[in-house]
Formats: sequence, C-alpha cells, structure tokens
Amino acid sequence: METIDLGKRYRRSWALQNCSLEIPAGRIAALIGPNGAGKTTLLNLAVGLLSPTEGAVRVFGSAPSDNPEALGRIGFVAQDRPLYRSFTVSEMLRFGATLNPRWDDAMARSRLDRLNIPLGQKVHKLSGGQQSQIALVLALAKRPELIVLDEPVAALDPLARREFLQTLLDATVETGMTVLLSSHLVGELERVCDYLVLLNAARVQFAGDLETFAEGHRLLVGPRAQTEELARVSHVVHATHTDRQTSLLVKLNGHGYDPQWDVRDPGFEEIVLAYMGQRVEEVETTR
Amino acid sequence: MIEFHLDGGSGVAAYMQIVHQVKQALRLGMLRTGDQLPTVRDVVSTLAINPNTVLKAYRELEMEGLVAGRQGQGTFVLKSLAGPALAGHAELRAELVEWLERAWRAGMDDESIAALLATTLRGQITARAKSEEGAA
Repeated sequence: METIDLGKRYRRSWALQNCSLEIPAGRIAALIGPNGAGKTTLLNLAVGLLSPTEGAVRVFGSAPSDNPEALGRIGFVAQDRPLYRSFTVSEMLRFGATLNPRWDDAMARSRLDRLNIPLGQKVHKLSGGQQSQIALVLALAKRPELIVLDEPVAALDPLARREFLQTLLDATVETGMTVLLSSHLVGELERVCDYLVLLNAARVQFAGDLETFAEGHRLLVGPRAQTEELARVSHVVHATHTDRQTSLLVKLNGHGYDPQWDVRDPGFEEIVLAYMGQRVEEVETTR
Repeated sequence: MIEFHLDGGSGVAAYMQIVHQVKQALRLGMLRTGDQLPTVRDVVSTLAINPNTVLKAYRELEMEGLVAGRQGQGTFVLKSLAGPALAGHAELRAELVEWLERAWRAGMDDESIAALLATTLRGQITARAKSEEGAA
C-alpha cells in the first residue's frame, strides 16, 4: 500500500493532508495518533470507503475506491464490529460466502471451532471478545493480502485482546498478508508490529521501521529553562515545564548538551507520547 | 518442548529474552541435542508478538552455533550447554535447600539471604581468581 500527497477534506477542514507513505508487503504496521489525528480517515481511504480530495492512495498498484478486484484482496475490520446482531454465526458465514468469491469457509469454521464459538448462537448473545473474533475471522475468510483494522481491541479486556491478537498473528504467519492496525495501546503495538505510522493533526510525523523509530531520541531534564536557553537546544520534539523543571524530548544525537541537562534514553512509549502530545504548531515545525 | 514467557516491563528486548530462555533451558537440560524449538508460528500465536522477533532470536542462536534450522521442518538443538555438573544439580540443590531452611530458622529474611548469597559468591569468585594468579 502506498499514498502520494494524499489529502482528505471534510467541508472546510482537512482530516488528512500531504500524506505520503509506503507500507511494504508482508509488514505488520501500527497506526498511532491522538483522537482526531486522521487515523480512521486514512484507513477508510485505504479500503476504498472514501475517495481522496487530493493526491492518491494505491493498494496493489491501483486506487481501491474504483477497483473491485483490488477490494476483493483487502480485508477490513471497522471500529464498531460490523456484524448483523440478529444473525447466527453460521448465517454470518453464509452471508460472507455469498458476497466474496475468494471465501474460505473451511478456514473460517475451523478458526471459530478452535475459539469455541458456537455456530448456532445469535451474534448479540456472544461476548464482546467473541464478537470481535467473529468480525476478524470474517475478514480473514476473504483470504485478504492486506488486512486493515481500525482500533479492533479498544473495547476488549486484556485477555480478549491477547486472544484477538493471537488469531490475527497466527493468520499473518500462515498467509504472509500485510497488516495495518490502529490502536491506542502503544505498548502492545510495540510487541506486535514491525512498522510504524505516526499521525498527528492530519499530518504524517513518522512512517518507517519500528526498530529505527526510537533512534536518536534523548530526554533532557533540567531546571526550568528560559526561552534563550531553549533556543540553544535544536530539534525539540516536545517540551514540558513545571515551575521548577523543564523536560525536553529531542531528536538527533551526536551533539553534546549543556551540562545543565540530565540526559536519558526514553522508552518507545515515551517517545510516541511526546509526538502525540505535540500541538499543531509543533507538528508543523518538526516535520 | 519448551514455552517462552515475555516480561514487557523488563527493558530487555523481546528477542533477547527468547535467546536467554533457550540458553537457560540448554544449561538446565530442559533442551537437549536434537530437540526441536517451538515453531515460529507457535511462538507468535502464543505470545502475540511480531514474527520477526522470533526469527531474529532464532537467527542469533543459529549464529552462536546452538541451533540449526531445517528447511520446512523447524529449528533443532545442535549443542547442549549443560555442563558435566548437571548430574550433581539435584544433590547440590538439596543441600542448598537445607541451608536455606537453617537461614530462615535463624531469623533471616529473604532479601538478607539473597544479599548474603550474592556477596559470598562475589567474594569467592575474587578469592579464587587471586589464588589462581598466585599458583601461576
């Protein structure tokens, strides 16, 4: 999947702008950003539910919104667990089989069987975790080459979350499909994903290998700094102040810092939060 | 077959944790030459982690000559790390348990016992190194 200067405007405000990124095939990509950053917009563009206002999105080399062949190779699990609640599980399966020419019914049934989900049960009688698993299995049964998931585990307890990710990763190893997954659970994404797309205020702040993301970031902690002292520190991602103390998360190492700063290596989550905590003006200047 | 456990808060990279756990199993004789490591798919779907993490750990173990991947079959142990002392483990362990019981009876708490063990071990290692220098 790739996007080139992709933008989407709703009435007067841009939900996504100047978005250029590429998710290589076979990767498990995390999409992270604060609420309203444009995550769902990007995902909906990727699966052809929205058309770009400007720029382009390509999946398997073509625009998904006007290519049914490409859409057949994309699986999508939307935020709100798109299931017919009064259907039984096997009715959902039959429904999926009718709509999708590549449908793998045997795989879907064996996965549901392993998860102990009764096929005769009505969907709304099942737990939230089981409903999420069904939505995932339905998406997997299309045998997608790209699966897109919009905050699929947000409403689940930790055990159900783990089980959901187990199903997803098992299918990923089995098929080698590409995964694009949005979530707020940064720690979990670090374990599961190997590619990272960071969005804030409708802009892409980082898109690349998750391993290289943390490189060059340092946390500087010192006494409350004045404006002129701050001006001497370059590449500040995010600054926080109390009345006595200043903390700066900076990118780019190799420079010596003033001895007033205590220099630390921040963790993955800390760096992500620094980018997510940026105000719109900061997003503009650190791009 | 062994099973891996990851500690998210340890600060140790997940792949290194897997490497350590395989080596520990090799040292304790839980894995022997010819044994198979869990398949990548098993580890990935049990721990819900990225497949590359497991591949990286297994590659590291391969580079150290401890395991070898066989096309389409899995990864197998080439070499054990269990020393000749392994046979004596049970006896030594029983003596240590006896000693621990005595320490508890003497009123020591767990942390003091751990500290005593650690300082004694460090002290003995230094003393032995010195006496070996003296002999040479």
